[in-house]
Amino acid sequence: MARKLNRRTFLAGTAAGTAATALRFPAPAVAQAASFKIGLLTVKTGPLAQGGIQMEQGILTFLKEKANTLAGRKVELLIADTGGNPAGARTKAQEVIERDKVNVILGPLAAFELLAITDYVRDNATPLISLAAAEDVTQRRANPFIIRPSATSAQCCHVMGEYATKELKHRRAATISEDFAFGYEQMAGFQRVFEDSGGKVVKKLWPPLVTPDYTPFIAQIGNVDCVFNGFAGSNPVKFMRSYADLGLKAKTPLLAGWTAMDDALLRSLGDEAVGVVSAAFYSADFGSDSNKRFVAAMQKDYNVLPGGYSAGMYVAGQCVEAAIQALGAQADDRKALAEALHKVSLADTPRGAVKFDAYGNVVGDVFIRRCEKKGSALVNTVIKTYPNVSQFWTYNEKEFLANPVYTRDYPPARNLEN
Amino acid sequence: MSLWLTLAVNSVALGGLLFLLSSGFSLIFGLMRIPNLMHGSFFMLGAYLGVALLARGINFWIAALASAAAMALIGGLIERVLLRRLEGQVLPQVLLTLGFAFIIADVCLMLWTGDPWQPATPDHLRGAVQVAGLYFPLYRLVVVAVAVAIAIALWLLVDWTRLGAMIRAGVDDAPIARVVGIRVSQLFTLVFALGAALAGFGGVMGAPYLSVYPGLDFEMLPLALIVVILGGVGSLLGALVGSFLIGFLYNFGTALLPDLAYVILFLPMVLILVLRPQGLFGKVTT
Amino acid sequence: MIRPASRIASAAAAPALVVVLLATLPVWLGHHPYYVNIASQILLWAVAALALNVLVGYAGLVSLGHAALLAMAGYTVGLLLQAGYGHLAADLGAIAVTLAASAVFAVLALRSTGVGFLMITLALGQIVWGIAYRWAGLTNGDNGISLAARPAPFGLSLAGAEAFYYTALLIFLMALVSMRILVRSPFGASLAGTRDQPRRMTALGFNVWLIRFLAFLASGFWSGVAGLLYVYYHQFIAPPAAALTASAEILLMVISGGAATLLGPIAGAAIVVIMKNVASAYIERWNLVLGVIFILIISFMPEGLVPGSVRLARAAWVWLRARLPGREGRYTQERIS
Repeated sequence: MARKLNRRTFLAGTAAGTAATALRFPAPAVAQAASFKIGLLTVKTGPLAQGGIQMEQGILTFLKEKANTLAGRKVELLIADTGGNPAGARTKAQEVIERDKVNVILGPLAAFELLAITDYVRDNATPLISLAAAEDVTQRRANPFIIRPSATSAQCCHVMGEYATKELKHRRAATISEDFAFGYEQMAGFQRVFEDSGGKVVKKLWPPLVTPDYTPFIAQIGNVDCVFNGFAGSNPVKFMRSYADLGLKAKTPLLAGWTAMDDALLRSLGDEAVGVVSAAFYSADFGSDSNKRFVAAMQKDYNVLPGGYSAGMYVAGQCVEAAIQALGAQADDRKALAEALHKVSLADTPRGAVKFDAYGNVVGDVFIRRCEKKGSALVNTVIKTYPNVSQFWTYNEKEFLANPVYTRDYPPARNLEN
Repeated sequence: MSLWLTLAVNSVALGGLLFLLSSGFSLIFGLMRIPNLMHGSFFMLGAYLGVALLARGINFWIAALASAAAMALIGGLIERVLLRRLEGQVLPQVLLTLGFAFIIADVCLMLWTGDPWQPATPDHLRGAVQVAGLYFPLYRLVVVAVAVAIAIALWLLVDWTRLGAMIRAGVDDAPIARVVGIRVSQLFTLVFALGAALAGFGGVMGAPYLSVYPGLDFEMLPLALIVVILGGVGSLLGALVGSFLIGFLYNFGTALLPDLAYVILFLPMVLILVLRPQGLFGKVTT
Repeated sequence: MIRPASRIASAAAAPALVVVLLATLPVWLGHHPYYVNIASQILLWAVAALALNVLVGYAGLVSLGHAALLAMAGYTVGLLLQAGYGHLAADLGAIAVTLAASAVFAVLALRSTGVGFLMITLALGQIVWGIAYRWAGLTNGDNGISLAARPAPFGLSLAGAEAFYYTALLIFLMALVSMRILVRSPFGASLAGTRDQPRRMTALGFNVWLIRFLAFLASGFWSGVAGLLYVYYHQFIAPPAAALTASAEILLMVISGGAATLLGPIAGAAIVVIMKNVASAYIERWNLVLGVIFILIISFMPEGLVPGSVRLARAAWVWLRARLPGREGRYTQERIS
């Protein structure tokens, strides 16, 4: 697939500016005094590249729409490839902070990357707008320099927990997800709300991140009303095919978190995904003005249907714009910028209205979608919208934070059967 | 009950796929002693090529064979131009094959993006087999049948043809084989190409249920290594038995001992290597 | 044979010059913390590559599990610091754990040589990686362990980029010197003997197994030291540090630079670190370029970059001299001496 804006350093406008950044050594101050620098920590190589490339497309689409000028400031985007591992994230964070002296960082993609750099960005007073979901970064370890306009791991899963009992009338559920923190946090959020609203999680399965064949796990699912899966990356594709091949699709409905049924993933899926119900903070068929523009631009420039990764970065760009607008000439003060980012409130984004809680996490809509086949293509059709969902769901914030962070074993699953 | 039956049938199915993956590795390693660390890359590239051909509406079997042919060409070229100059030098072979693995991975990322691709199961192979309450996809059984057919073909080739006799001579003692007039150099190219072709073919066969995505190469490589080391270096029978053994170990191990899922393949491998370094069917090398 | 004084001077001058260059490197880099940090990373990976080279180069045993040893040292430091121990205790504990693990690795892996050795180390490395991932109660799983701060030995804080660089440089030089001593020692000679003529060594009464075992421990010790540098540099340790790809990377450094040479692994470490961290900012397809570099090295210098360059430079020098008028006499004279 051809990408039109295929440049490591993307600077709109003057050729002089491009030449200065092409070298990327500490350039003379005159050349860059005016531009506001955004560093994008993303993954462009290795197994996680899929989401990382979409993140890049999302922010490039936003900056193109704005002609690289946010609230009157020229913007320069510096893209760094972390390779999808913590050490790489750390080194690239140093690159954009210490060498490029960016005003704000967007990204990274994965929770373990974010956790590797949270202390570092705080020590270096650089605001960061995360896509990664690691719960505690906006909870018990809240960081004044970090906001998250995407969602915590469990934010959408809480919603699915309620939808599964109240609307779908499921009572017995199995959960299956990769054996890592993003999976634990998703499944814990689902389990908590599902059980608090009358359901029982009777089986929790944890295939390793790298699993050549899901059959031995799927074979253990047993007698349940529904299966909730939280796979990410390329795993949902493999998992759902096996799930259908083994005849479970016809028997037991499949529910999914946002990464497992992301809109951008639909073209990789086949009939096996039809009917899957998912909860996501973004849906390509959402009708806001900015989303229509965003979807059209993504289809035009990259020939893809955007999903949560690219939408998350588009919204992150909108947050930066709003913060610069609020600060004016003060926008170069990184501490002030971090504070302004926390106060951002947007009425129109591709995911609807967005504001942030005291911990820097988004309060926004969560969509319940059902996958359908329209013509030869799959689409996720929104069937219900839960407005203004907080990371704490309906729980009391203080009590929520007094509990440990969601893990594999917390909250404890009391209804497991063999 | 149905759980155990499913696991057992799936063990055989996975074993079939593993044999398609590892038979080529076994051939190359047995004859040439090259630790071909781009074998997983051949598998992945073959799968991507197959996906591309299938997307153009080409028949599944033709796509698989075409992909195998393309991999034979690529593998043969790499052997002819570069690898042959490094005969017997393990370290440079490691560097060269890993270098190509990097290149193939990045080229695939460039051509096919990071998105996972999963071709539909070919129409005539869809559906399921239902026996005694067990529901099992037909396609996976077809993969086993193909693997067994290839195993028989390779056995006939190695044990009953002139080419096979030359290969066996080469495996046993390459210098002597040279002395008696076998053109070992051409034989090496041929075997390397054949090994690459088998990997590419396996990649296409696996694509409808493994899917193809960046990183598939280095997920598959350790599996090929395990099978071959377990079964014994240079033994096709070893690769066959090793494949099914790993199939069973993986299926029952992950189901029965979920906490050991990460080490379920490596722990037995260490054990076997420590107790029997030449593998189950390997000859003791002198 | 008496070497001319000038030769001795030049033999001593070259390393001295390099040390001076390295010691003043932050100045050449304009005291820019980012580039100084990259230099620190090269040094830390150079220590890891030197450690692996003991096995790969001098003992002829190719290990694909060394990142696990490095990671184990890192994890031990992280866990001991979390448990409230001081840096010194944590560091000593880490080295002890790494040595113990190396001994276990060695006992298991030395059951065989060649590809068998490679496979056992690979499997052991994968097991360590699996434990780091799965035993979340101990290791915090994929979220990893963060270190609150770098140590401040004798009141000197290593928090800054340059302070860390000089510490890394000191440790690197110690590693380099100890490697040189090891290689030139009778032990080094017998190690090379086990690599080239294991049977003859056995016939001569050497305990080949023990020699290899000790080499593994030496390699493990310096891998542990590299692990300390790693965890203090990143102030973070997570399962990818122990992954197969990380082990492969260290091996690639050793081979591409030149196994069984002192400087080869250092050059290899520099190539990989610079490609991965610096060049990747300019070259989108840096993985492809890295692969091409490896293949070019192997095509033109199968023995590795450093020995290959020396060979090519010598050949070029001889070629040039032969063609320079009036130099033939001196050339032959030197050949004779």
